[in-house]
Amino acid sequence: MELVFDGIWQAIVLLVTLDRETWGITLLSLQVSGAATFISLLIGMSAGIGLALAEFRGRNLLVSVINTGMGLPPVVVGLFVTIMLWRNGPLGFFEMLYTPGAIVLAQAVIATPIVAGITVAAIQNLPRNLRLQILALGATRLQMVRLLMREARLPLLAAVMAGFGGVISEVGASIMVGGNIKGCTRVLTTATVMETGKGNFDIAIALGIILLGLTFAVNYVLTLVQQHDRPR
Amino acid sequence: MNASSVILELNNADVRRGGVRVLDVPRFRLRRGEIMCLAGPNGSGKTTLLLTLSCLLERAQGELRFKGRPVAGRESALAYRRHTASVFQEPLLFDASVYENVASGLKLRGVPRQELRQRVEKNLERFRIAHLAGRAARKLSGGEAQRTSLARALATDPEILFLDEPFSALDPPTREALIDDLEHSIRDTGIAVVMSSHDQAEALRLADTMAVMRQGMVLQAGPPDEIMNFPVDEFVASFVGMGTVLRGRVVSAGPDTVRVAVAETMIECVGGIEAGRQVVLCIRPENVTISAPGSHKADSARNRFAGIVKRIIPMGHFLKVQLDCGFFLSTNITRRSQEELGLVEGGSVVASFKATAVHLIPHA
Amino acid sequence: MKRCICITLAAIAGLCLAAAAPAGSSAAEGKNVILATTTSTQDSGLLDALLPQFEKQAGYFVKTIAVGSGQAMAMGARGEADVLLVHSPADEKKFMDEGNGSRRQLVMHNDFIIIGPADDPAGIQAAANAPEAFKLIAEKNALFISRGDNSGTHSKEKKIWESAGVKPDGQGWYQQTGLGMGQTLAVAAEKKGYTLADRGTYLSQQKNLGLPVLCQGDKSLLNVYHVIEVSPLKWPKVNAAGAKAFADFMVAPDTQKLIGAFGAEKFGAPLFAPDAGKAVESLGR
Repeated sequence: MELVFDGIWQAIVLLVTLDRETWGITLLSLQVSGAATFISLLIGMSAGIGLALAEFRGRNLLVSVINTGMGLPPVVVGLFVTIMLWRNGPLGFFEMLYTPGAIVLAQAVIATPIVAGITVAAIQNLPRNLRLQILALGATRLQMVRLLMREARLPLLAAVMAGFGGVISEVGASIMVGGNIKGCTRVLTTATVMETGKGNFDIAIALGIILLGLTFAVNYVLTLVQQHDRPR
Repeated sequence: MNASSVILELNNADVRRGGVRVLDVPRFRLRRGEIMCLAGPNGSGKTTLLLTLSCLLERAQGELRFKGRPVAGRESALAYRRHTASVFQEPLLFDASVYENVASGLKLRGVPRQELRQRVEKNLERFRIAHLAGRAARKLSGGEAQRTSLARALATDPEILFLDEPFSALDPPTREALIDDLEHSIRDTGIAVVMSSHDQAEALRLADTMAVMRQGMVLQAGPPDEIMNFPVDEFVASFVGMGTVLRGRVVSAGPDTVRVAVAETMIECVGGIEAGRQVVLCIRPENVTISAPGSHKADSARNRFAGIVKRIIPMGHFLKVQLDCGFFLSTNITRRSQEELGLVEGGSVVASFKATAVHLIPHA
Repeated sequence: MKRCICITLAAIAGLCLAAAAPAGSSAAEGKNVILATTTSTQDSGLLDALLPQFEKQAGYFVKTIAVGSGQAMAMGARGEADVLLVHSPADEKKFMDEGNGSRRQLVMHNDFIIIGPADDPAGIQAAANAPEAFKLIAEKNALFISRGDNSGTHSKEKKIWESAGVKPDGQGWYQQTGLGMGQTLAVAAEKKGYTLADRGTYLSQQKNLGLPVLCQGDKSLLNVYHVIEVSPLKWPKVNAAGAKAFADFMVAPDTQKLIGAFGAEKFGAPLFAPDAGKAVESLGR
């Protein structure tokens, strides 16, 4: 228990003294996971909305595949992305392995099915006739999608939170494709693993607390957005 | 029907779902200002026809023409939909304020702020929901929500309004009040309306014309009283509330009247059908009167039969009485008449109806 | 609502760009050296002390991938690393024989130690050397925690079992963690088991453990580090110049002096002994 208090104290010290390395790691975590979430939103939401609105043979199969993908183990993603990005691998010419970009890529792969899966559910959960009602009001297809997204904004923001939460807390893929390189690809989770390995449990706990605080802050902002401007 | 007065036409509509034909309408016309009611039981294709007419159903075969111009392709479908509006059984409001909801169709069209405000306010007034403008749509009662939905539809000044069972989820007093306000708005603006309903009273109340549907086909279309009194077949007859629908054979044909054999009994009817034909006889319940046995009330009814009361079914304000006169006969009486006549199940009565009260349909 | 979404999107996009920036800058230099090394060099803090010097002098950016020696050499054998700093001599020889490396130089050594619970249930303190100690552990069925991750430490441990003539695999008292040295030490401390550890990691974690050194000083417990440059002949994409610069840096006199001094202040004794230029056979007490 003493260790936990030490950790909390350490977290405060690291943040208050503006420890450059800690701030760098925290900022990088936020940037990398933010970028990965953003990419997964672009891809996952488009795919999810398309899938929810389209009717074709094999759709249910595809939705099942995506729902399975929501539980993709990060280490498996990390392994595949590593193999792809090896400089002698198929995507080696990008020279992306052990860069923040590689972590963004791996995390986007992890988050996209999460976002897509929740988006499909969110859109399908709207009344079936709502789509017809919107078209009947004279909406173009694009306007219809916009209005549907607006109607589903609560679950869609939940998708953002789930996607972000899934990647910011993920360690397996980040350590594999990023390599936990100091000042380059060291993020909060990989640094926590390393400090634990070094036996610096107090610093590890401090990093864990910063991670929790960061996740909370981001989710709090998103919740404010989510609950904003609902009429009373 | 004057060609220029036709606002909407649909030709050779054919919709299939899973290989089954769910809509088969070779010809449909709607005139300017006409209020048409599609009637029929659930699953008869009313909604499918409405969605086809409002150009909301994908993969519907058929030619849709609005004011003589064909509606085909995404562009013209959008333009067409912007001249029409739809209200469904559920209000399907957006999770926003009532004002925002009523404004939504106008916003999609990019109507300037000033004009938008005027039109929204006019329609809020029209449906008596101005006091709810700031209220969240999800906090409205059923009637208020449907009013909002109607206001939203009419705010876009449509030329045709499609209503799919818009009142069926409402309780009777709410429905009455809403139908009043809707009728007012429709007559006010002179727009054409196609609505579906499985409630005849609702249909009769608003409709200029009525179309009875079954299995994706329009069986009969015309003014409501024409359909009520002269149904084209047994199905329409029973759907529009012909209490008695019988099968018989024409025995002899006179100059104005024919005699039709039903089971052991002869019934006299008005009509020009040659002897030997199989026919369906339809008698509206309100055209059958009953009296106590032995009372020789003088009336001009040509058909008088002694019968036994089989069942008395309370229907709210009145009673439905089913008789066995050697054939089935149904009539409606008031509770007061029941008391006066001392009517009980198993009792004897005399039933009478005029020859003109029988509608004959030649049987195929 | 619309405004809100716009602000959110803009914020996320900003983050995205900000994240791309560091990625771009480090890739643009093209002067990255990928160093695959053992967790022990990172966990002891030695690399943190040396690398800034090298990066400043040579102008390269070192990407340290800290894994087990086995994985480090597997990366080298695939051309995915430029230079290795490893401590698994038998495997290193095989690595060189297969033509994966162009140059291999002795850098430094520390030693392995056998640690265990203070009451020493197997009585290994009396053992004359490491294989003897292992034999006693096996005879008493005392709990032994193994890395089991093909690291340099693990391969050293296997060698000692071999010399002791014991086959520990599958025995109830023999447990493999598959984790790095630091975590394996933590497991051993928690379960009160024996384990083989490198002195550097042990010293750096001593405060949390409560496991004393029970057997040390044996020549067979030497832990020797070599720096190996991955062969550019076999893998043309390897940064050969960077690898050479790093290897040269590691054996340079100034660096060797730093290695020799590292840890003295914090732990009371240096963690590593610099050995550049020496012959492997001359090491040990």
